Amino acid sequence: MAATSIDMSTTATGELLTADGRPLKESLQRSLRRRKLTALALVAPAVVFLFVLFGMPVIYLMTWSVDDTQVNNALPRTFAAYQQWDGEELPSEPLYEAMFKDVAEASGIQIGRASTRMNYAKSKWKSLMKKTKRQVKALLGTDPDFAGPYKEALIGIDKRWEDISFWHSLGIMKDPYTLGYYLNSFDLQYGFGKEVVQQPENRRIYKTLWMRTLMISVIVTLACLALGYPVAHLLATLPLRYSNLLMICVLMPFWTSLLVRIVAWMIMLQQEGVINDTLVWLRLVGDESRWQMMYNFTGTIIVMTQILLPFMILPVYSVMKGISPAYMKAAQNLGAPPAIAFLRVYVPQSLPGVGAGVILVFIVAIGYFITPELVGGKDGQMIGNYIAYHLKSSLNWGLASAMGVILLTAILILYWVYDRVVGIDNMKMG
Amino acid sequence: MSDPGANPRPAVPRTLGADADAAYVRFDNVQKSYDGVTLVVKSLNLDIAKGEFLTMLGPSGSGKTTCLMMLAGFEPATHGEIFLNGRPINNVAPHKRGIGMVFQNYALFPHMSVEENLLFPLEVRRMPRDEARRRVGKALEMVELPGFGGRRPAQLSGGQQQRVAVARALVFEPDLVLMDEPLGALDKQLREQMQYEIKHIHESLGVTVVYVTHDQSEALTMSDRIAVFDDGVIQQLSTPDELYERPQNSFVAHFIGENNTLHGTVADIRNGECRVAIDGCGEEVSALAVNVERVNGRTTLSLRPERVEIAPPGTDGFNTLEGRVEELIYLGDHIRTRLTVAGHDDFIVKVPNTHAHRRLKIGEAATIAWLTEDCRALDPIAS
Ligand SMILES: Nc1ncnc2c1ncn2[C@@H]1O[C@H](COP(=O)(O)OP(=O)(O)OP(=O)(O)O)[C@@H](O)[C@H]1O
Ligand SMILES: [Mg+2]
Repeated sequence: MAATSIDMSTTATGELLTADGRPLKESLQRSLRRRKLTALALVAPAVVFLFVLFGMPVIYLMTWSVDDTQVNNALPRTFAAYQQWDGEELPSEPLYEAMFKDVAEASGIQIGRASTRMNYAKSKWKSLMKKTKRQVKALLGTDPDFAGPYKEALIGIDKRWEDISFWHSLGIMKDPYTLGYYLNSFDLQYGFGKEVVQQPENRRIYKTLWMRTLMISVIVTLACLALGYPVAHLLATLPLRYSNLLMICVLMPFWTSLLVRIVAWMIMLQQEGVINDTLVWLRLVGDESRWQMMYNFTGTIIVMTQILLPFMILPVYSVMKGISPAYMKAAQNLGAPPAIAFLRVYVPQSLPGVGAGVILVFIVAIGYFITPELVGGKDGQMIGNYIAYHLKSSLNWGLASAMGVILLTAILILYWVYDRVVGIDNMKMG
Repeated sequence: MSDPGANPRPAVPRTLGADADAAYVRFDNVQKSYDGVTLVVKSLNLDIAKGEFLTMLGPSGSGKTTCLMMLAGFEPATHGEIFLNGRPINNVAPHKRGIGMVFQNYALFPHMSVEENLLFPLEVRRMPRDEARRRVGKALEMVELPGFGGRRPAQLSGGQQQRVAVARALVFEPDLVLMDEPLGALDKQLREQMQYEIKHIHESLGVTVVYVTHDQSEALTMSDRIAVFDDGVIQQLSTPDELYERPQNSFVAHFIGENNTLHGTVADIRNGECRVAIDGCGEEVSALAVNVERVNGRTTLSLRPERVEIAPPGTDGFNTLEGRVEELIYLGDHIRTRLTVAGHDDFIVKVPNTHAHRRLKIGEAATIAWLTEDCRALDPIAS
């Protein structure tokens, strides 16, 4: 009420002026602008740094995941002539001529890149293109004025040029952009008519992989919560002397190399390892039936839980530290047994920390790859391992980028859901 | 000197059965140590009658909160036994004691609305929903906050939070409510209003209240009886007027209200009165022998500023000493006069602003006079 009446009096009297006669609004804005500029100058280095090291890679990643220009750049004539082909029967001379000339003109590297991409659409493309490049070069070497017939020449080089399905598969690649990598990430692909079909049976691995990645992340997050919550509670309530010691134990992993820790786990968990030896010695397990705890799903879970535990403990601890012990006392004083008081009064107040911890651990877990790489064996591999594989070994950057973008999107969606349910403002990292 | 057991215990007002066995709360020789080295509470004996408003008053660190915590069950007594309604409760868990408590910072659950806060003690007692809601409504009305049920504690002012805390401590109808400096965080005006409201609730519900404060005016206005704590010991347990008018030792005389002190040596003790030779001027005056042990012992005389008069020399029946006026502060209804008496320049006299009293001037010599019954000879303190 009061606010509106002030508004009305300002509008009624027109613009307010400062002592030196400038409009008040203008003066205010001027003084605010200077402050804003200072603030901007202070954060600029961090913003630039973030943009160069995080923003740009993300942009590249997104571009690569849909980029399909390698083939277009290498075979421009072919794709121009391809528009005229009706696709009913084997192409006629002009398309063969275009292909022949493209192959003849493109550099070896261009053909290599393009054929790698073509192989994703249909296998055998790579060897066909390489062979053709070689033979075309040889042919032009002996007869520089060769002018056809090109169809005959190509089929002469390799019988596969007579196979119409190779020509059909080119249709998938005629646009400079493709969603093919995203389809591949979910065991799908384009059929020759650009319709979406399943990958051949032997190539279907990614759906399982996504499910497994999700499952490992969920299990690891829950395990971290189950193990970390009591530790955080102890940390927050123990007298300073003991809690400092405990805090050092919690932080110790941060001061130890990741590899050292994983190797330590290997020593513990392998079949001839400390745990199995102890169990056998205690006669709880027969010598011939030692537990398989390493190089599989279980190994990944155990080691990742240990490595990610501090990411759960620290945010939960920092929130619990702020919960006054008076609340538990008040709850008991009001008649609640300690367990009820804990569940109804303490736990709800610790939830912002739990939310932060869960999100943190889950996000780190879902993109993890070092641990599964070393202790995951065959059924403990995660999506991160395949991204690394496609980046380093198969050099299928398009697929790697697509999977990276999917991962990023999943995390953003998670973030958004969390914001809707709990509110990001309620999240406390410490 | 300050053993509470040695003090004569005044009659408890509004007690149903005055004998000690009827005490509703009883501390029996309770001691408490946190570190095993020092005693924070030293052999505490205290009986609280049903329906009484008892205040624990004392300086910071004197063990008041510790006593409340022992009573509420959050700190075990190192020695001794606490009885509630005749039953020893040392081994009863806090949630089974059925004692309401208002915490120093209220401890309202921040993740619950006001209504949920008040419902909490009823829910854990499995009270039917309808009945619980009715009670919560009643409790909110009692503290004059109807319609605030949906708010979070963070959306309330300090005074409103305090009222919710009181309502929550009372909503499950406990017979005993503990309040630990509940008004400490409020400004003076609000504090006075809340004092009145708490007192009003106490009177209308008839609950027993144990109240902790270190604000003496709060203690004096609200309490049936006041236990003055110092150094883990009850220095005096009396009604407010007793406490002010008849302090048993120098600590209480000094702690409650304004007080003039004169140091001296006991020359003679007779019939509950004594003659004391005042340091610095050699004159002898009479005083009530309240807390003096022997002739030739040191003592501190306690005189309230409003019981001393500036008189012409030679007044009959009065003790007199010569002094010199150092400062005059005009306060309307009285003039606060500071004098040098017996070598100390901090003797205060409140001179009523009436026609009968002549105007004093700074530097002027003046005779101060008082009746023997207004002067109490107490234990010596360093001058
Ligand atoms: N949990 C504890 N551990 C160790 N010492 C404590 C603890 N709580 C209180 N004390 C000590 O016990 C003594 C009495 O403390 P207590 O809290 O009872 O004082 P208080 O009279 O309530 O003071 P205040 O008016 O400041 O609240 C103090 O010297 C304090 O340092
Ligand atoms: Mg206290």
